Amino acid sequence: MIINGVSIDETFAEAFPMKATRAIITAQNEKWAMISAQAMTGFATSVIACGCEAGIERVLDPSETPDGRPGVSVLIFAMGGKGLAKQLETRAGQCVLTSPTSALFAGIDEGLQIPLGKNLRYFGDGFQIAKKIEGKRYWRVPVMDGEFLTEATTGRVDAVGGGNFLVLAESQPQALAACEAAIVEMKKLPNVIMPFPGGVVRSGSKVGSKYPALGASTNDAFCPTLKGITKTDLSPEIESVMEIVIDGLTKEDIDKAMRVGIQAVCDLGAENGIKRISAGNYGGKLGPFHFDLQEIMA
Amino acid sequence: MSALTFTARQETAQRVDMSPLVCQLLKDLTVTEIAAIELQNGKRKMRADELFEIKGSDTQNIVIKNSFAKLDFIAKELQEGSVTVEGEAGAYLGMGMKSGAITVHGNVGLYAACEMKNGLLTINGNAGDFLGAALPGNKQGMKGGTVLVKGNVGQRAGDHMRRGIMLIEGNAGDYCGSRMIAGTIAVMGQTGRFLGYAMQRGNLLLWQQPILSATFNDCGSHTLAFLPILFKSFAKFDSRFADATQAFNRVQRYGGDMAEKGRAEILVKL
Repeated sequence: MIINGVSIDETFAEAFPMKATRAIITAQNEKWAMISAQAMTGFATSVIACGCEAGIERVLDPSETPDGRPGVSVLIFAMGGKGLAKQLETRAGQCVLTSPTSALFAGIDEGLQIPLGKNLRYFGDGFQIAKKIEGKRYWRVPVMDGEFLTEATTGRVDAVGGGNFLVLAESQPQALAACEAAIVEMKKLPNVIMPFPGGVVRSGSKVGSKYPALGASTNDAFCPTLKGITKTDLSPEIESVMEIVIDGLTKEDIDKAMRVGIQAVCDLGAENGIKRISAGNYGGKLGPFHFDLQEIMA
Repeated sequence: MSALTFTARQETAQRVDMSPLVCQLLKDLTVTEIAAIELQNGKRKMRADELFEIKGSDTQNIVIKNSFAKLDFIAKELQEGSVTVEGEAGAYLGMGMKSGAITVHGNVGLYAACEMKNGLLTINGNAGDFLGAALPGNKQGMKGGTVLVKGNVGQRAGDHMRRGIMLIEGNAGDYCGSRMIAGTIAVMGQTGRFLGYAMQRGNLLLWQQPILSATFNDCGSHTLAFLPILFKSFAKFDSRFADATQAFNRVQRYGGDMAEKGRAEILVKL
């Protein structure tokens, strides 16, 4: 398959099951809601070492938030329920509770309920106040700038992590420009995050390593500087490869994000140095969800 | 199916226990069986059809017409359906109510919504003393649900209240929120003396500046984020509480009762 001179590999991206939740952060204005959300989703690029993958889903209009203030919704993904609960609570406690004027609400009502502010309330040292409104429990924790309002729990749902595609280009600037264009379009979609810095990862990994202690290592088949000395997957004109990784609440959400992202890359086309689109395929070792590139773009 | 309607033939000299005439107890009965139900009336018992003209058959939608202030225990422990009272209601209206809706188009007596657990109780007139309170000797009053009163309420509203929301459009008598364990009482009108007496936790949300006891301390003026959420939850009611212009989030906060746990608050609109 070739779109605008860009070859779409006959391969599939391989993804795995995760647990996910959504939290809504509001603040006095969008600036402070965003600061809090950025802190909460910081150091959350990969479950390999961060404990979770998290990102900002979108900015919310005051009419969309529970307390009528500007807000930001964040999605957090982890490999298991326990890990997700721990990461959520730690990040909420250190990054949202601490952030001026913030309030924290559940972004998913269904699914198993996991603690959001349920345990953060103890920071109130006995001065905290519970309020049950329309079946939802809120905690009001006295803090130095006033009150930290948080919903007690949020819903945990099954999700999919690790959807991806690779952009193969003739130069590093061209690969980056294409990825930036893809991220702009993908960020318009709900229920997905691209957890790596700016949504783009330059150090895609393969499963396993020559060092037994490491579970993952550089994807040498796609490293352009190793073209001559490893079993490469790159043709001579490819000088740079970048990857976009997608976590989504459902497989369909990732399908859609990949389609939109790949289309944006292909719109730049061969004339802008984009030669191929491939995907992280680990021969079935990584996970049960397969995203066939040609099927998605058909 | 039309509402099961009980129209009182005349007022009785003695009080009547209406607790047998509640949706869940009438569910599987025919109109003939319902007519034969015996109601306690003072020292004697009387058949339901002796006191009421009975029409309709929908036991999940009960209407009591020509109701008067001696009909006690209306909709006691209501578990489902709705009960509408046209006229006055006696004491213990909706006592221990668990679900459903009760609407009264008139005044109600003592202990309405006492130990209520859930559901919606709307009183379009005034309510007597001990609204949503605990029965004498019991430790917990209303434990959930919503009580909406469009008129005034008597003394001790919310006495020993544990959870739930009480919305009062008119005035509240003395000792409003006394010995309250938790929950919310909102009063648009005036409140009486000894507001929040021995209150442990919970909120009293007021539109008018109250006369405060010495055991409630001023905690300053604040903008509280939970108030818009609380007011948004009132939007579904047929009430002045649903009017967005009545909502506020800027309050003067008083903490107390310092003679008790001191974790309760009185929030007064600024």
